[in-house]
Amino acid sequence: MDTVLFVICAIVAIVCAFNLVLQKHPISSALSLIGVMSSLAVLYLLLGAEFMAMAQMIVYGGAVMVLFIFVIMLLNAGTEKNSNKSWFAQIAGLPLLLAFVAVVAFLIRSAVPGLKNVSFGSWWGGTAQNVGRLLFTTYLLPFEIISILILIAILGAVVLAQKEID
Amino acid sequence: MTFVIVSLIKIALVFAVFMTTLAYLQWVERKVLAHIQSRTGPLRVGPHGLMQPLADVLKLLTKEDLLPPYVNRFFYLLAPFIAVSLALITIAVIPFGPHINVFGISTDMQISDINVGVLFPLAIAAVSVYGIALAGWSSNNKYSLLGGLRSSAQMISYELPLTLAIVAPLLLVNHLSFRAIADGQAGYYLGFIPRWAIFQMPFPQIFGFLIFLISAFAETNRIPFDLPEAENELVAGFHTEYSSMKFASFFMAEYANIVNITCVGTVLFLGAWQPLFPAPYSNWVPPLVFLAAGILCFFHGLNPARKNDQITFPIFGVAFLALAALFAIPPLQFILAPLFWFAAKVGLLILVFIWIRGTLPRFRYDQLMHFAWTFLFPCALVNLLLTALLVALFPGNP
Repeated sequence: MDTVLFVICAIVAIVCAFNLVLQKHPISSALSLIGVMSSLAVLYLLLGAEFMAMAQMIVYGGAVMVLFIFVIMLLNAGTEKNSNKSWFAQIAGLPLLLAFVAVVAFLIRSAVPGLKNVSFGSWWGGTAQNVGRLLFTTYLLPFEIISILILIAILGAVVLAQKEID
Repeated sequence: MTFVIVSLIKIALVFAVFMTTLAYLQWVERKVLAHIQSRTGPLRVGPHGLMQPLADVLKLLTKEDLLPPYVNRFFYLLAPFIAVSLALITIAVIPFGPHINVFGISTDMQISDINVGVLFPLAIAAVSVYGIALAGWSSNNKYSLLGGLRSSAQMISYELPLTLAIVAPLLLVNHLSFRAIADGQAGYYLGFIPRWAIFQMPFPQIFGFLIFLISAFAETNRIPFDLPEAENELVAGFHTEYSSMKFASFFMAEYANIVNITCVGTVLFLGAWQPLFPAPYSNWVPPLVFLAAGILCFFHGLNPARKNDQITFPIFGVAFLALAALFAIPPLQFILAPLFWFAAKVGLLILVFIWIRGTLPRFRYDQLMHFAWTFLFPCALVNLLLTALLVALFPGNP
């Protein structure tokens, strides 16, 4: 059951990811990205990270992507024009991409030697309680620093918007 | 295997009740609005217009399904599908009653209880805005586009106070699962004040409930926040170009969202199925209410305002008396009484939605945004901080 769901969602995620790059219209691309985010949420759920799955849906599937779509609709961005692709990208693009993925996989594999295969349903540390406890004990400092960073970003946005109004 | 069968039965039951509620909610809304404005409302189709929802469904099904040539076909067809399917999903995590044992099978009165339950409706609400936004954009029409834009902006803005208002009762109950939240509101102070979140010590969530309710109006695009479909500026907003069943899908999604959000509010703030006063007495409220309704019907049947009322009102009266008898049977009460209390609270909230629609004028768009960001959001924040402070100061939860 878990494996079937995993295969379905993994395929949906990959197809949506390809679609995101291949689509000509920004709205189609944005919707494909939502598909990727949602299927990732299901994958988190399968791995036992319930809270992460819901947060993924609320923050990425919802808020962030709504802003994307909002801006695309507001600017009324049209269909992308087909640029003259360089011969280099056409020939070497796919091999280079595969090589890059292989190198990254190899690096991860060699950096963390004790990696085992993922088995679904074997880990239950992803409840809201566990995440909250970790955030407020072990990872308190990074958590607070990120909060301040986000606050600075908000202030920056306000300052930028203020200039435009004046 | 039993789990699968029981789940299927529960899903079928909940779906049937939900769909009937959606169909008749429209009748209730038209009737209540009509009486607020001293009209009679639907009256021709069936006794007191009770067949009107069926007639409307038939009408919408048989109407011509127009597909304007200038729309973006794929998204135009996708949008109503997104809107209605997401609106119908949320009901799966709502608990209607306690854990029961029927015929040796023990089950929850709820389709599924997930341990991040409260986040689930929020996640669905976060995604369901795409239905409206895409409908507005793909229609290729400036009014629709404006409606879609307004709707996305409004939903992002009001999601913040809504979420902050939801967090406060969670602090009191200390759980994320809907069932645990409902159970955490059981019991009474001094034997008669219910421990619902709006009364619960150390910080009663009355303000939180008001903030939740106001944001709920905006989230469901209802008057006074129905800017996405303001008919005097935008024709019909995002669904201007939709006809037939596609229009009906948006209509159904709107009502489904109202039911969903009132259910969430009932569970979080009004103690779900916990009655207003302790059990042996509160079990007699439903029979008494139905008895009163039956007697009222007989009274109107004897003093008919119209000719047909002589026949229809006594029939309703008999139906209400039968319901009263059903609710008075002690072995059934442990199932029916919680359902009654849950439905009564949800019904009251929905009535408030309709009542507000009949009373308040529409906001202007800048007022709407100003209200959300400069009043509602700070209020929700203060409410949350106060709740957190008091919960931390009095951890015993008296």
